[in-house]
Amino acid sequence: MLNKLVTNADEAVKDIPDGATIMLGGFGLCGIPENCINALVKSGVKNLTCISNNAGVDDFGIGLMLNTRQVKKMISSYVGENAEFERQLLSGELEVELIPQGTLATRCLASGYGMPAIFTPAGVGTEVANGKEIREFNGKQYLLEYAFDSDFAIVKAWKGDTHGNLIFRETARNFNPMMAMAGKITIAEVEELVPAGELDPDQIHTPGIFVNRIFQGSDYEKRIEQMTTRLKS
Amino acid sequence: MLDKFGIAKRIAKELKDGYYVNLGIGIPTLVANYVPEGIEVILQSENGLLGIGPFPYADEVDADLINAGKQTVTTTNGSSFFDSALSFGMIRSGRVDLTVLGAMEVAENGDIANWKIPGKMVKGMGGAMDLVAAAKNIIVAMQHVDKKGNSKLLKRCTLPITGLGCVKKVVTELGVFDIVPEGFQLIERAPGITVEYIKEKTEGHLLVVGEIPEMIL
Repeated sequence: MLNKLVTNADEAVKDIPDGATIMLGGFGLCGIPENCINALVKSGVKNLTCISNNAGVDDFGIGLMLNTRQVKKMISSYVGENAEFERQLLSGELEVELIPQGTLATRCLASGYGMPAIFTPAGVGTEVANGKEIREFNGKQYLLEYAFDSDFAIVKAWKGDTHGNLIFRETARNFNPMMAMAGKITIAEVEELVPAGELDPDQIHTPGIFVNRIFQGSDYEKRIEQMTTRLKS
Repeated sequence: MLDKFGIAKRIAKELKDGYYVNLGIGIPTLVANYVPEGIEVILQSENGLLGIGPFPYADEVDADLINAGKQTVTTTNGSSFFDSALSFGMIRSGRVDLTVLGAMEVAENGDIANWKIPGKMVKGMGGAMDLVAAAKNIIVAMQHVDKKGNSKLLKRCTLPITGLGCVKKVVTELGVFDIVPEGFQLIERAPGITVEYIKEKTEGHLLVVGEIPEMIL
């Protein structure tokens, strides 16, 4: 009998050891695994390598783990929203690898698809290409980039079932589906957990085979980074 | 001289009916406000949305629905959501017709630098390197000179490169420039700006062929 259910975020992350490499889904603060980030802060685990498109803001998301100095290295594409991040980076306390966003997404994808590497045109002729193999196809140059090797992937979905099937909502999908496929152990937190059989199989974004642990999340803040509105005329 | 809204308005004249367009953060985002009447363009947001609508009314705001600048947005009729890998598949496989980006520097050979100032600013490239490596048609929206008055249209970029030889057109507060083998070809002058003034403010090679018209916005 499948048993992927865990009671909460603390239980879901309790075996993540010091020095682990973890992927965290989300774009900006949208679709981030809030519960697990809070649990990691509480657990005090350290020397983590985090693969995530962004690094949160100073008091939310991965920013919370930076404040507690739990992160040794970040692999991200854009980190402009976080002053503490920039301070730790410029002072040399934090190791950072900045890579193109599409490369980040596709290195996750390659991992989940069982492919060791990809070729991408992004970064050719830039410092991103330093030390990397370049191959020419049809007269155009491409960089060899390796699939990520991540101990854990932590994702956030809108709905999930007890078999680990996941459905994401709107742009909160972002990096979550690829990361869910790319962790040696994948942890999913969901806004609404239902028994297997209640989700329409035609609507599943991530099939449960990729998910090892799932739990009903709670107290989602879903903070908005840039609130932009228009006036009713 | 154009303000940032004028630059956006001028770039909007480059839009064609049925274009799929990716707009970068800053002045490029403003281009969406000036889509010419009778033309339909579909805006792509690299985090995973095709068909970006206007900003939401206050009672419609949805934390799960943002653009690549992390701003709350809405969808349009015919929108779709997808993951970020698929999104960059659209970009790399050349489905996006036009990309509009900001830049710190553009060189006369079409190189662009817009992601890093060593030792000062470390924000990252986001999707810019993927976009410039693959897009067929890249327009840069930028200020012609920096705060110290130095030209940002250069012979060679001095800052770390984002992409090589990829920019096709530059629109600044002073004019419109096509990147051609000889350098920056002046196509239009901003209202009230002379060719002499533009020459003075352009470090890269400026090509001026015949009478240069003043732009009509």
